[in-house]
Amino acid sequence: MNFPEEFKYTEDHEWVLIEDDVVTIGITDFAQDQLGDIVFVELPEVGDSLEVGKSFGVVESVKAVSDVYAPVSGEVVEVNEELPDDPEVLNTSPYDDGWMIKLKLADTAALDALMDVATYQKFVEKD
Amino acid sequence: MKTTPLNQIHRQLGARMVDFGGWDMPVQYSGVIAEHLAVRTTAGLFDVSHMGEIEVSGHHAFDFLQYATTNDVSTLVDGQVQYTALCYETGGVVDDLTLYRFAVDRYLLCVNASNSDKDFAWLQGLQKASEFNDLSLTNRSEEYAQLALQGPVASKILEKLTTVDLAAIKFYRFVQGTVAGIDMIISRTGYTGEDGFELYCAAADGALLWQELMTAGQPMGLEPIGLGARDTLRLEKAYALYGHEITADIMPIEARLAWITKLKKGNFVGRDAMLKAKETGLPRKLIALTLTTSGVPREGYPVLSEGKEVGYVTSGTMSPSLKKGIALALVETIAADSDQPLEIGIRKRRIPAERTTLPFV
Repeated sequence: MNFPEEFKYTEDHEWVLIEDDVVTIGITDFAQDQLGDIVFVELPEVGDSLEVGKSFGVVESVKAVSDVYAPVSGEVVEVNEELPDDPEVLNTSPYDDGWMIKLKLADTAALDALMDVATYQKFVEKD
Repeated sequence: MKTTPLNQIHRQLGARMVDFGGWDMPVQYSGVIAEHLAVRTTAGLFDVSHMGEIEVSGHHAFDFLQYATTNDVSTLVDGQVQYTALCYETGGVVDDLTLYRFAVDRYLLCVNASNSDKDFAWLQGLQKASEFNDLSLTNRSEEYAQLALQGPVASKILEKLTTVDLAAIKFYRFVQGTVAGIDMIISRTGYTGEDGFELYCAAADGALLWQELMTAGQPMGLEPIGLGARDTLRLEKAYALYGHEITADIMPIEARLAWITKLKKGNFVGRDAMLKAKETGLPRKLIALTLTTSGVPREGYPVLSEGKEVGYVTSGTMSPSLKKGIALALVETIAADSDQPLEIGIRKRRIPAERTTLPFV
């Protein structure tokens, strides 16, 4: 399983790419593998403000419904509009074409709570 | 947890295993959608050894089954299978099952895994309370392995391993014969809507049978199939699943199973309650719904008419064949039969759902 080094990770299996005060968010390779064939994605709208730990979207596989949680607080500045029409991209390309939303950070200190790749890898092995 | 004789094989294949009603079963191998499409286009092999088998034999076997089950056993000949149900006096369903007639005094009931102990106890109770004393009930669930070989090329695969004339086995008929040298019941039945067979052999032969079928079938596209695709395949064909479309609180005549409920055959357990319910009018019925926009209906989601809740989804999924959300729903008869548009409540949204004729695929 592949976990890019430049990303940060959450216990809910989201990845976060930090570029100044904007972060890109998606779900990890582990998450997509656990879910199986993904058939539906629901995303927030640009302008929505998200609170850390609260659900901002839904990913559904054939068998299961999973919430996706905001890793940090902030305002949605962009969403991957193609994803709802092509949800299987989350299976085939979770880190590139399968990005979900971009968020303008409310508070950069919140990033300290995220895991680096080594910590996440250990977390996944325990899970 | 209980395991089938094929547990090791599933693990070696890298299947994802789940607790399915106390059984350690494969939910998927390569993925639900790929497995589903393999069964629709080529063939799939399912381990269904968790299913229960109850033998009913003796001079009173026929009369007992005519009393205990909803369908008409008198229409069967030796070597024929019948889809039927056991009901409570209330008309609710104990279980749905397939009934195999070997002889007028010997039958095998294939029942749902999680219900097999309940069913066996229920049948024993019925016998005790009745005058059918020349009757022997035997729970043979642990003696059998059962594999389902399903799909358009299923018979081409099976014919490589047997001299039995498969073309002579019509739908819902069975024979006893050998496949790959293993003695078994070869039944032309299934739960996918495709052509195919359900094969019952001794538990000890199950793993060998699996290997032989996979070896013979892989060149023709045979894939191992988990419970995930088993569910989406049956739902596309609108086959009932116990605990969902039928339960102790749902009568078969409410769940589009009037065709296995022969109210005119004479007395049987649950008949009086069903006759009475029919007389006063059934308040709800099972309907099929297809979502017109994207979304996945799930069990328990409400069905709405003019904003008012009129029923609920009993089973729902994203249909891998149609790439649309499909659902079976138990809905108030008035709302089901009206022309008012229906919606399914999915989280905070209401998604338009079109009444659909069955099966979906």
